Amino acid sequence: MVWKHRNLLDVDVLSREDLELLLDQSVHMEDLLNRPIKKVPALRGRMIVNLFFEASTRTRVSFELAEKFLGADVVNWSVSGSSISKGETLRDTAWTLEAMGADAVVVRHPMPGTPWYLKEKLKRASVFNAGDGAHAHPTQALLDVYTAWKHFDRSLDGRKIAIVGDILHSRVVRSDITAFATLGAKVTLSAPGSLMPRGHAHLNATYQADPREAVKDADMVYLLRIQRERQQDGLFPSFEEYHWRYGANEELMRYAKPGALVMHPGPINRGVEIASELADGPDSVILEQVRSGVATRMGLLYLCMGGAEA
Amino acid sequence: MVWKHKTKVLNQEDMERALKRMSHEIAERNKGIDKVILVGIHRRGVPLAERMADFLEQFEGQRPALGKLDITLYRDDLSLRYPQPLVRGTDVPWDLEGRRIVLVDDVLYTGRTVRAALDALMDIGRPDQVQLAVLVDRGHRELPIHPDYVGKNLPTSSSELVEVSVTPIDECDEVWICERTDS
Repeated sequence: MVWKHRNLLDVDVLSREDLELLLDQSVHMEDLLNRPIKKVPALRGRMIVNLFFEASTRTRVSFELAEKFLGADVVNWSVSGSSISKGETLRDTAWTLEAMGADAVVVRHPMPGTPWYLKEKLKRASVFNAGDGAHAHPTQALLDVYTAWKHFDRSLDGRKIAIVGDILHSRVVRSDITAFATLGAKVTLSAPGSLMPRGHAHLNATYQADPREAVKDADMVYLLRIQRERQQDGLFPSFEEYHWRYGANEELMRYAKPGALVMHPGPINRGVEIASELADGPDSVILEQVRSGVATRMGLLYLCMGGAEA
Repeated sequence: MVWKHKTKVLNQEDMERALKRMSHEIAERNKGIDKVILVGIHRRGVPLAERMADFLEQFEGQRPALGKLDITLYRDDLSLRYPQPLVRGTDVPWDLEGRRIVLVDDVLYTGRTVRAALDALMDIGRPDQVQLAVLVDRGHRELPIHPDYVGKNLPTSSSELVEVSVTPIDECDEVWICERTDS
């Protein structure tokens, strides 16, 4: 098995073998996180730019830690106070970064497709998608499958996964469905009609309007964040009503398998998509996901940047 | 590039004898094995360290602490290699303070693997001493590194290759010198 990727724009390019190799390497990266000295010199001398056009704390910090633990030099390039706010085009920014010697660019942007555009404009540097609009968030999918895979004895074959929440605006769900399906899990989605994309038949998942039906016999329940603006957009009447109908609590979890895992990409809205009792309960792996994020990003960066080019 | 077997240097019995002798030397030099941790370097150092732990258990009536060290992330040639080597994991679950580490590897050649192993080890803890045991020392050092226990000194030319087979990774216990052929 040889890893051939130098970039990660979305998870659809990863085969089952690719994913399994990445999960295996991430286990060893997680071992490093348990040590007093977490830093290794694997990417020493490589320069990685975190280019964030959208507010993000956990994804950016997670990437930054992964980069630093692998020994890379890290530059955080944010929108405010930079040349971008002076009207520089993305193409010129890309060329500037490359002229400064960037070996990789981690990009988050509200416009879907930005990482692909950036990849096209960069001659040499690797590109990692840290979230583009409501399109894709491949490293979130990696950390989610990793967390589940570890809990399910390193196999997701035949596992039933329910994803409940704002499917329409979620970049997480699009990447997650692909990654979970590639590893043999069965995904069922549930959302109010107003938060469900039209023509979801192409998604590798089934849809149940009733969350209890979606969660029935599930091995894992994944809640998606409900953004406050969506209520102002009139997509659902109130947070209380959303929670009453689609929020996850112990009552909804009774339909799932006993001990089913509870996941959420964070940050959580307590009492909206997830009840506190569940978020803080024994089956919640929400904080473990955060740790998995650092380990899987280390695995990804090592595989994509660790060796020589073919 | 094709490598052809040229000379068999150690057979199964020779290898066993060498490992037994090195085990005795380790116990002798460290006045027992109370403080010793045998640490095999992936991949073939791992079964060799296990083998020596078995012998030490026979000779000393007590099994020494045993660990595994992965040096992949510490290699100085990582950015030159395609595909890059995969990480197999380090397992040295002891406090190294006050302990004597015996690093175990199959072949000592340039010394670069041992250099990486020393860095990897120092990130885990601060042992009292680090010693080096190798099954074969083939010369051609590029760094000032010297073994403490040697199974077999084997003068080679740098155009040759030393092939070590160790069960269970390989099918048999043998050491061969191979040479390059153009055919």
